[in-house]
Amino acid sequence: MFDHGQPSYAEVNKDILSTMLETGPKYWMLLGMTMSVAGICFFMPWIYQLFVGVGAAGMNHNAVWGSYLSNFIFWIGLSHSGTLLSAVLHITNSPWRKSIYRSAEAMTLFSLMTATLFVMVHLGRVWFVHWSFPIPNQMGLWPNFRSPLMFDVMAITTYLTASSIFIYMGSVPDFAAVRDASTGLRRRLYTIFSFGWRGTAREWHTLGWAYTFFAVFVIPLAVSVHSIVSWDFALSAVPGFHHTIFAPYFVCGAIYSGTAGIVTVMYCLRKFLGFERYIGQVHLDSLGKLLITLSLIWSYINILELFTTWFGGTSFELEALSFRLTGFYAPLYWEMLIFCAFVPLLMLFKKIRWSWNKMLLISILINIGMLTERFIIVATSQPRKFLPDSFGYYVPSWIEISISVGSFAIFVTLFLIFIKWVPAISIYEVKETLKPLRRNV
Amino acid sequence: MSTFVEKLRQYSKPGYYDEFDYHWTMTIDLDRCTGCEACVVACQAENNLPIVGEERFAQSREIKWIRIERYWEGEYPNIKMGFIPMLCQHCDDAPCETACPVYATYHNQDGLNTQIYNRCIGTRTCAVYCPYEVRYFNWFTYTWDEPLEQQLNPDVSVREKGVMEKCTFCIQRIRIAKDNAKDDDRRRVRDGEVVPACVQSCPTEAMLFGNSKDPEAKVSKMMKNTRGYTVLEELNTTPSIVYLKKVHA
Repeated sequence: MFDHGQPSYAEVNKDILSTMLETGPKYWMLLGMTMSVAGICFFMPWIYQLFVGVGAAGMNHNAVWGSYLSNFIFWIGLSHSGTLLSAVLHITNSPWRKSIYRSAEAMTLFSLMTATLFVMVHLGRVWFVHWSFPIPNQMGLWPNFRSPLMFDVMAITTYLTASSIFIYMGSVPDFAAVRDASTGLRRRLYTIFSFGWRGTAREWHTLGWAYTFFAVFVIPLAVSVHSIVSWDFALSAVPGFHHTIFAPYFVCGAIYSGTAGIVTVMYCLRKFLGFERYIGQVHLDSLGKLLITLSLIWSYINILELFTTWFGGTSFELEALSFRLTGFYAPLYWEMLIFCAFVPLLMLFKKIRWSWNKMLLISILINIGMLTERFIIVATSQPRKFLPDSFGYYVPSWIEISISVGSFAIFVTLFLIFIKWVPAISIYEVKETLKPLRRNV
Repeated sequence: MSTFVEKLRQYSKPGYYDEFDYHWTMTIDLDRCTGCEACVVACQAENNLPIVGEERFAQSREIKWIRIERYWEGEYPNIKMGFIPMLCQHCDDAPCETACPVYATYHNQDGLNTQIYNRCIGTRTCAVYCPYEVRYFNWFTYTWDEPLEQQLNPDVSVREKGVMEKCTFCIQRIRIAKDNAKDDDRRRVRDGEVVPACVQSCPTEAMLFGNSKDPEAKVSKMMKNTRGYTVLEELNTTPSIVYLKKVHA
């Protein structure tokens, strides 16, 4: 479990809290950089688009959905493994979960927020977005609950709420640890955050019970969220969207890209926060094995999708399929297959699974592949619908590309803020994994 | 008790009326269509459609509530060309209607698929779900140079950016005809009283518009023609537009 010898309880507190309490100039520089990238690449083009209209993006009559939506699915997907993985591993009692789950859950939260931003960017008239919520009003207007987009609004808000509660509840004892280690304003603030946690047996019992309850509650929720996102597509009659396999396909892809995301985040935490002691080979190895499994399932579903389309044999579906495999975006399709189906197979070798740098590279490649997968689904199906007169193609404009880049900066900014407010590794759960020290009587 | 059963029966029928007065329907005789695009121009003038300009046209962002699709058959010397005017099919089971999260598009009691511009938030889901691709999005706010804004139709709203729009079967003309019928104490509009701009402008009278609930209407008789078919019938959208197949001599 621990690569560099077992730390003592006090050392655990000190190591993890020091990332919160001690802030160097490097941190401020990094934060300033990501914030300005977010501002320049994401918010400025968006404001421009708000004034001009969605025409600032590259979408057209033949493809009215574009990269905004594919980015939305990507970020929702990335959100998937945090809370889901944490909950599943909590229930199955896997000890290696304990030092990574806090950051994984934070990843869920922040990618969900980024995804929500993309919905806003996507909308034609975002200033009326509140109309999609069931808010009682004097006009007696109500949202349409038959719409898959409405399911989406419900699913995502539920998931966001549940994930926030889940991560907060798990952090309460750690907030108490921060409170005890700090003075002044921070101490008063964390007194409120920790709900007056004292660490009595009864409190631990209640926390354990509530945490397990939420873990069980969150698992079906996470599966349902991405199924519902897939229904945005699958409930239409559009060739290339209209597949019954879409819900499991999206859920599997989501967990896949999310797990790869966790590997990337873990690498950064280890590298930049000095958590070598707590994030070790055992985590990398387990995640590598999980990634192989997921990549095999993902490849199987992809083959199945191609096969059923071909076997169905309707001319519309075949046209959409041939456009995907050989048309304008064919290079992207094959890139996706290489990155998501073939490259992960390298992890079958223990040498690669145990190397941090190689795993980082693979995890990033997987997420590039998953980003293109979502783009291909959105961009190659719509221009080949039914009437050949409306066949066309869609290329993202520089505004869309800039906003996509900026979204990563937003995610990193939120994460950087997070590590200064919440212990990035669960202090009390790491302590649970330590062997009890022998006391000198 | 009897009133309860009556109410239950009434309720189990779609809508709150026993019988709807109208089901607006159009027939398009492809044998008569010459592809002159007069309907396209008429629609442009009637419904305040913006002229988007050359650059945006090349980006395929033009707005044409009705368009003429051209299809070729055969190889070069023996080539045959066919036209299909494509406009909103006002499907009875429209895929777009279930998709809108805010009910900006819905089915009204006249069998029209209506679009409420003020309610639209621009998710564009309806356009993705529409198999006929007849929904057009306002990518920008379009303006009319002076004095062209003087020719805008006052009965039709001018749409702003971020709003979806599509053929309404010239609902403003239907509205006026209904008002006239009410003033004359008639329950229904007479056959031929409502003529959408495209139908009115067709030089070969390929298009016919009317109420298919009225068995005596011209359109009801034309619908029964053996050449009649609906586009993409296999998708079960039950369109309100019946096309009459072109006969190859």
